[in-house]
Amino acid sequence: MCLHSPFPHQGEGFTGRNRFSLGMKIEINNGRLVDAANHLDQMQSLYLTDGRILAIGQAPDGWKADKVIDASGKIVCPGLIDLCARLREPGLEHKATLESEMFAAVAGGITSLVCPPDTDPVLDEPGLVEMLKRRATALNQAQVYPLGALTTGLRGAQLTEMVELTEAGCVGFTNGDEPIVDTVVLYRAMQYAATYGYSVWLRPEDAHLSRGGIAHDGEVASRLGLAGIPVSAETVAIATIVTLMRDTGARVHLARLSSRQGVDLVRAAKTEGLPLTCDVGIHHLLLTDRDIGYFDSQYRFTPPLRSPADRDALSRGVIDGTIDAICSDHTPVDDDAKNVPFGESEPGATGLELLLPLTLKWAEQAGATVPAALQKITSGPAGLLGLDAGRLAAGAPADLCIFDPAAFWALTPQTLRSQGKNSPWLRRELQARITHTLVNGVLVFKA
Amino acid sequence: MSGRKTEETDMTYHPQLSADGKLKHLLTTEGLPRVMVENILATADQFVSVGDREVKKVPLLRGKSVFNLFFENSTRTRTTFEIAAKRLSADVINLNINASSTSKGESLLDTIDNLAAMNADMFVVRHAESGAAHLIAQHVKPGIAVINAGDGRHAHPTQGLLDMYTIRHYKKSFHHLSVAIVGDVLHSRVARSDIHALTTLGCPDVRVIGPKTLIPTEVERMGVSVFHDMSRGLEGCDVVIMLRLQNERMNGALLPSANEFFKSYGLTSEKLARAKPDAIVMHPGPMNRGVEIDSPIADGRQSVILPQVTFGIAVRMAVMATVTGA
Repeated sequence: MCLHSPFPHQGEGFTGRNRFSLGMKIEINNGRLVDAANHLDQMQSLYLTDGRILAIGQAPDGWKADKVIDASGKIVCPGLIDLCARLREPGLEHKATLESEMFAAVAGGITSLVCPPDTDPVLDEPGLVEMLKRRATALNQAQVYPLGALTTGLRGAQLTEMVELTEAGCVGFTNGDEPIVDTVVLYRAMQYAATYGYSVWLRPEDAHLSRGGIAHDGEVASRLGLAGIPVSAETVAIATIVTLMRDTGARVHLARLSSRQGVDLVRAAKTEGLPLTCDVGIHHLLLTDRDIGYFDSQYRFTPPLRSPADRDALSRGVIDGTIDAICSDHTPVDDDAKNVPFGESEPGATGLELLLPLTLKWAEQAGATVPAALQKITSGPAGLLGLDAGRLAAGAPADLCIFDPAAFWALTPQTLRSQGKNSPWLRRELQARITHTLVNGVLVFKA
Repeated sequence: MSGRKTEETDMTYHPQLSADGKLKHLLTTEGLPRVMVENILATADQFVSVGDREVKKVPLLRGKSVFNLFFENSTRTRTTFEIAAKRLSADVINLNINASSTSKGESLLDTIDNLAAMNADMFVVRHAESGAAHLIAQHVKPGIAVINAGDGRHAHPTQGLLDMYTIRHYKKSFHHLSVAIVGDVLHSRVARSDIHALTTLGCPDVRVIGPKTLIPTEVERMGVSVFHDMSRGLEGCDVVIMLRLQNERMNGALLPSANEFFKSYGLTSEKLARAKPDAIVMHPGPMNRGVEIDSPIADGRQSVILPQVTFGIAVRMAVMATVTGA
């Protein structure tokens, strides 16, 4: 169901990369190939050429490698696909730059990423999207798939030129973290997007119920005296969206589920057969509102971290397939925006370089297998984006991530390539270290 | 979270106690060791009499600089802290910092750094954001004490302690007491500080009373029982703590009117009759007569509202002496 053509892997914008890599034959030996979508989990060699996987296991006739990568003791998997990474350009370069975040992405094994339009200016005009794509392409790192603004300036009133934005490279439309208050606008936006088969990405939040809220409305917020954001802020929004999906036929992706009841509603809507997909931010699978401790602003997120019961339900939702993908929800925030009282601090954490280790940490805690966990950051997101990526098979793009699953590393501001140094995991030890990242058969990162 | 912490992380971080178990800041009554609370109350005993002397001063904080840092206006609380510090012979500097002026320019921690550079020994901080005092305490260099004079809805620990002092003064022990806290619990830092202090001191029966719109979610997890019917909630109580209802809560979606609130949750003699005959009535002030409390009750024989103010100075002196190790 690839609705977004032309597919950029074959686009003309990539000649810069391909000129240097065309015909380069790469062989990856001794690695454990893992691709749950193709039921692949075994020690085999991988042969790459012309930016694609040429063969798996058996070397093709007359094969002679230009470069050999020894992946002994490592896992070789499809390059990660991140459904939400804020690159902060244009306009918010004091938090991060396109360059810093694109390098961070490949250091995190991410070969494709979706960026929301919440920049300054907002990505609501084709020219801005084209410029972003052009700049990203020039950096020759991960593939960037922008989401266009659903409404002009994310103000929730005027629809954007979705056709033009799609032609400029947008893979879907969203209002980011700004809930659409006017239900009529939401209804029309879904109708209009459905006309062309575009997918609408919505973070389910009722603007009124969440107004002024800072933390999950529960025991911790009550104790700390923080204004609460009730679970109903999420469920009321999901109920509205699902109802409008039935009326409009729109294809919807729900971004960043946070609650048990939210997962239940999505499960029911999927059972009903509605074209609904959803994701969860990796931090919401590992952390809860208890972790806020003594007002630690590193634990302020949008949506808020909720209770342990919510976290466990999200975890079950990922395992049973209700939740299609795990994303980093990468949000570089400068120190000045975190070193303020909790309620004034900016939500979010750095995520690009943590997506893999944290997803594996979640898998270990939740009892999920490594292939099943990797599926949620490779073929899962690829499927809902309609991308020809996220799989290991002959003919597939040679977007790959190679990592050492046993290596420990300490997360410090210095070990992060991202300009966003804010994370709940600072000064902690993480497991799994990316050693190589290839995009279109080009080695773009090597540890 | 199974993440192994690296050595750089301080595993023993406590927001208000030093490594050797001394009180270095007073940020909240939650998690204070019981003996420490009892010690502060005992120290306050010694200071109560200072106010009755001809020369109302002791030299414990002589040469120390106390900065009263009020990001939110409060003449009364600031004044009691000022009096407490002056009776301990400290130099007191009062700063009223309009919250809007900080949002325009200097950050909270920059303000703190600047004042610390003027050799401050203690900050008494009031701020509209919950957790502001914690942030400051974490930031200041060792040797500077931070006393929370109210942070958002979170805590007002000196009020909590002076309430405990008052209750102990009239009731002697906490072990058989029923205490009711009535009104806008949701927005009340006093309520939270009272609840933690009461449970720490072994009070077996703490009740909160109010409409559902003004009771925090899962407040039962703090060790209290919830009542929406005030008469039932006051049944057999030894102590009734009335909370102030801010004007801005009275209209809108939380409450229909001050009038209707008073009908259900205002303290009248009929409702007070449900409590024990010797029950005391408290209020952190400033009172809204006719909104949360009927005038005859506020001025009546069971009211200990003015003694609360007097004890407040002694308790704040005790806290200041404790955090400076004087």
